[in-house]
Amino acid sequence: MMRFRLEKRPEPSKLMLYGTPVAAVVLTMILGCLLFSAIGYNGLRAVQEIFFTPLTNPYKWQDLGIKAAPLIIIGTGLSVAYRANVWNIGAEGQYIIGALAATSIALLTWGMSGWWILPLMAIAGMAGGMAYASIPAFLKTRLNVNEILTSLMLTYASVQVIYYLIRGPWKDPMGIGFPQSRLFSEAARLPNIIPGTIVHLGVPIAVIVALIAWFVMSKTVFGYRMRVVGAAPHAARYGGFSENKTIWLAMLVSGGLAGLAGMLEVAGPFQRMVPGFPTNYGFTAIIVAFLGRLNPLGVIIAGVVLAITFVGGQVAQTTIGLPDEATGIFQAMMLFLLLAGDILVRYRIRRISPEASAGAA
Amino acid sequence: MPNRLELTGITKQFPGVLANDHVSFAVKPGEIHALLGENGAGKSTLVKMIYGIMQPDAGEIRWNGEPVVVANPKAARKLGVGMVFQHFSLFEALTVLENIALGMDAKIPSRELESRIREVMETYGLTLDPHRTVATLSVGERQRIEIVRALLLNPQLLIMDEPTSVLTPQEVEQLFTVLRKLAAEGCSILYISHKLHEIKALCDTATILRGGKLVDTCDPKQETSRSMAEKMIGTGLKDIVKAEGRAFGPPKLVVNRLSTVKTGHFDVAVDNVSFTVRAGEILGVAGVAGNGQNALLDALSGELIGDDREAITIDGFGIGLMNTTQRRKQGLCAVPEERNGHAAVGDFSLSDNSVLTARDRLGMVVLGLINSGAAKTYTGKVIADFAVKALGPGATAGSLSGGNLQKYIMGREILQKPTVLVVSQPTWGVDAGAAAAIHQALVDLAAAGSAIVVISQDLDELRALCDTLAVINMGRLSAARPVKEFSVEEIGLLMGGVHGTAEMA
Amino acid sequence: MDLTIAILVTVVGASTPILIAALGELVVERSGVLNLGVEGMMLLGAIAGFVVQFHTGNHFLALICGAAAGMAASLIFGFLTLSLSANQTATGLALTIFGTGFSALAGASYSARPVTLMSPIFPDLAAHPVLRVLFGYSFPAYFAIFMVFAIWFFLKKTRAGLILRAVGENDLSAHSIGYSVIKVRYLAVMFGGAMAGIAGACFPLTLTPQWAEGMTAGRGWIAVALVVFASWRPFRLLGGAYLFGLVMTMELYAKAGGGPLSAIPSELWAALPYIATIVVLVLISLRRDASTNAPACLGKPFMPSN
Repeated sequence: MMRFRLEKRPEPSKLMLYGTPVAAVVLTMILGCLLFSAIGYNGLRAVQEIFFTPLTNPYKWQDLGIKAAPLIIIGTGLSVAYRANVWNIGAEGQYIIGALAATSIALLTWGMSGWWILPLMAIAGMAGGMAYASIPAFLKTRLNVNEILTSLMLTYASVQVIYYLIRGPWKDPMGIGFPQSRLFSEAARLPNIIPGTIVHLGVPIAVIVALIAWFVMSKTVFGYRMRVVGAAPHAARYGGFSENKTIWLAMLVSGGLAGLAGMLEVAGPFQRMVPGFPTNYGFTAIIVAFLGRLNPLGVIIAGVVLAITFVGGQVAQTTIGLPDEATGIFQAMMLFLLLAGDILVRYRIRRISPEASAGAA
Repeated sequence: MPNRLELTGITKQFPGVLANDHVSFAVKPGEIHALLGENGAGKSTLVKMIYGIMQPDAGEIRWNGEPVVVANPKAARKLGVGMVFQHFSLFEALTVLENIALGMDAKIPSRELESRIREVMETYGLTLDPHRTVATLSVGERQRIEIVRALLLNPQLLIMDEPTSVLTPQEVEQLFTVLRKLAAEGCSILYISHKLHEIKALCDTATILRGGKLVDTCDPKQETSRSMAEKMIGTGLKDIVKAEGRAFGPPKLVVNRLSTVKTGHFDVAVDNVSFTVRAGEILGVAGVAGNGQNALLDALSGELIGDDREAITIDGFGIGLMNTTQRRKQGLCAVPEERNGHAAVGDFSLSDNSVLTARDRLGMVVLGLINSGAAKTYTGKVIADFAVKALGPGATAGSLSGGNLQKYIMGREILQKPTVLVVSQPTWGVDAGAAAAIHQALVDLAAAGSAIVVISQDLDELRALCDTLAVINMGRLSAARPVKEFSVEEIGLLMGGVHGTAEMA
Repeated sequence: MDLTIAILVTVVGASTPILIAALGELVVERSGVLNLGVEGMMLLGAIAGFVVQFHTGNHFLALICGAAAGMAASLIFGFLTLSLSANQTATGLALTIFGTGFSALAGASYSARPVTLMSPIFPDLAAHPVLRVLFGYSFPAYFAIFMVFAIWFFLKKTRAGLILRAVGENDLSAHSIGYSVIKVRYLAVMFGGAMAGIAGACFPLTLTPQWAEGMTAGRGWIAVALVVFASWRPFRLLGGAYLFGLVMTMELYAKAGGGPLSAIPSELWAALPYIATIVVLVLISLRRDASTNAPACLGKPFMPSN
């Protein structure tokens, strides 16, 4: 019988580090095809519609852009935090609170005009996200309360904040009873950058944010701090980097970016606050961050890949009647396969020769 | 009577290293047999195969004359092999009784087990409270658990892996008494060590390994320590070149009433420690592991920050409130005991590891940007000057062997030319050649006018390397005196917590 | 009085799934593994339980299938984290994302279709105005309490429990003595998965008799938090779970009682369990011995040198 064993590599493999995400996507297509065939759908069509149609159909490109933008912005922030081993799982909540903070500016300035409204909303969005992220940061650094649980619980709570505000204080007087805020004024809506499309200013902002983050993470002491605290907290302390300060920075950066994404989303595609505003971008961005190998440049690519599955999922829903939820399964499979492949970065698979295994038996 | 244990042609290959290369020797019933060799000579791998933790790639193990396959530790215990590990396989949160029960393969009611434990303890003079939690016990007491656990199985062969590295000289004597008694009753003992005087005092036969190969099997009582050391190390021993009768300069590092707060549950804090190290002086801090050495290093390096600015001064300047970065700028560099994950980041390149501690002293950071060229150049210099075997500054720290990583870390700090250098266990797990190089570099740094503190559990190292010596016990430091004034017995008593001449008389 | 009884009965009902899931996670964590996929496994158990009940009408079969679904999902987690040493935090999250997506897909065609709830074990006593506090529940409520005792006994009094604790405390030592760390952890993870699956199945079978996407609403995460709150001790878990049941049903009490409490917006009530979780975590962290009872190897992958 042929047997295999894992053997530690002397150096982590660069090829595997960047190759496994690609392999995970490819394997997801293959396994997804089999899975959906097994449960009675046309698996091949499903994979084709989900992964390829959004790329081959130019009408879908604008959708890709506006779906990828929030994923890239949030994913970039999470990649910084996860690098430092700070497990901010509540980006969705920070995204919501950021959007609510931006909405409050839009409503306060309702009917006004001026170039300063959008920047003010952006600042409010980031501040909102940071403020919400500072709760787990505070609890973690002061009381050593697990940030995974607190940030996640705050996400569940944040959804209720939306409901409260749009059913009560922010309810649209013209909304014939619908729980939603009023439509933002022109000055509080993101401008389209390509006429005739829905591509808004958030798309280039996302790319710029990721590029800046890449530079900061790879070239500066700030990035070094994040990397060293995540890789070896004890060594970081020895090197003079306080862990608590790092947790704060990681939480504020990831929360602030999630808040910015929330602002761009509410001022762009939504243009008002509605109950359906939370669309799990904050959770999907976790996959984006991992698939992008916690590297902001990788996050750009991973954000586009995940955006493809979202857009493709909608395509598959209309063309072959695949339920929308299938997208989530493809996304989770991608993450599973990526995590499974991680072992190949540090280990290689060796075949055990029959003689040696016989000697050991 | 057949040999208790006989190994023939045992071979074990790991990726990139042949850990055991056709090793053959035999242990007779009732014999105390030493397995001698440097770190990395293949001793641990060999006993792991005898105890069934690993399987040999080739070769035969015979037990009382019969060929056997030791599939796992359970099978080993069934044969009658007991093992006391160097790093104890104990569970801190569990009681002594629970720990021992875990080591028993048969299910024994706890009441019966307890009475058997008491019986064994009485027979061999090992005292322990079965209901105490292991976390509250001293290192010596923990070793006793391991020994009791092994003895309960009535072993015919007891393997002791570096048992004395954590004991005071007095505790070592007690252990030897137990081992001699066991041998007299017919139990064979395989005693693994690199401490030659212990082997001469205890063992009947010695098998010496070097680089995975068997070098010699000899009678240690017929050999000198030097002759065995040469067999163990190979080439002639290099002595430290140290100028005799050097005069020390003015005080560089002055520590005055330094105390730390206990951080963890089972930590030992530094308690009111004072000492002075002058320019050109190497101060050794001896002590049994777990007596506050880590806290002392952290308090000096700045990982633990106290509340008294003047508790630590360099050239008269108080640094007690500074963090590690600020202290480095003031000229104090430190090397903690744990290499991987504390002194270095295994996943980072050596170049990035240089940024960790040398970035400010050597200008590797400008306006928040890392000058990776400068880090690379400096790392290259460390690799060259300290003969670090690495693929270059881009190699990850984790890819280096323990000895090479230690050389890199020591080089990284020493080439920063610190005013004060504090190091813990500078040659722990390092082969003799690298250890000699590290010792020489420390002596040379001192000769150039730096003040050095060496914290170590290796008395031989401290006696060879240091000018002055102090002993740490339960967080308290004895007065520092010239190393030549100490006898081993006196150091041993201080390590065991006996302070002051009155008690010693 | 009647209201108090009614509240207590609701509390026990609402607490039961959390308690069952948390008991499973407690065993998993005691073995040194942190499985954050409880929420996902619960959703898979919920949809499996619902579908089986919908088609067969057999509640016990539905519970067993819920357990099987949770266990199957936990095997994915086990394979990744134990056999492939993948990061436990990330894998647990992936499992939750997967469970959420898969249950939504599987349940898409079942929304708004009713099933019947499990009936009380003691139908006569369940009708009694007072005694129903003790006897008014269906099987899972008693199962949960039984498991508190069983797990306490297992961990404290049996050799297998001692081995499980040892593996969670120091995996390398357990390995060197000769215990199979991976095997022990696989068994623990599978047990945790089965318990999470049963807990999930309780939602459609004992609480709301239908399938709704994401119907466990974060209860799996609350279960994880409860294990920390309980300092990894089964009996504290019992108290903690009932406390949470109380928090979750307080809205009923406030609304029914009238007065100033009924003026509190319902969104705040809905957010209360999550806020309470944070408060509870904060309170437990203030205790001096907060983390000392945590298994020393919790969340760390097992990496023997050979």
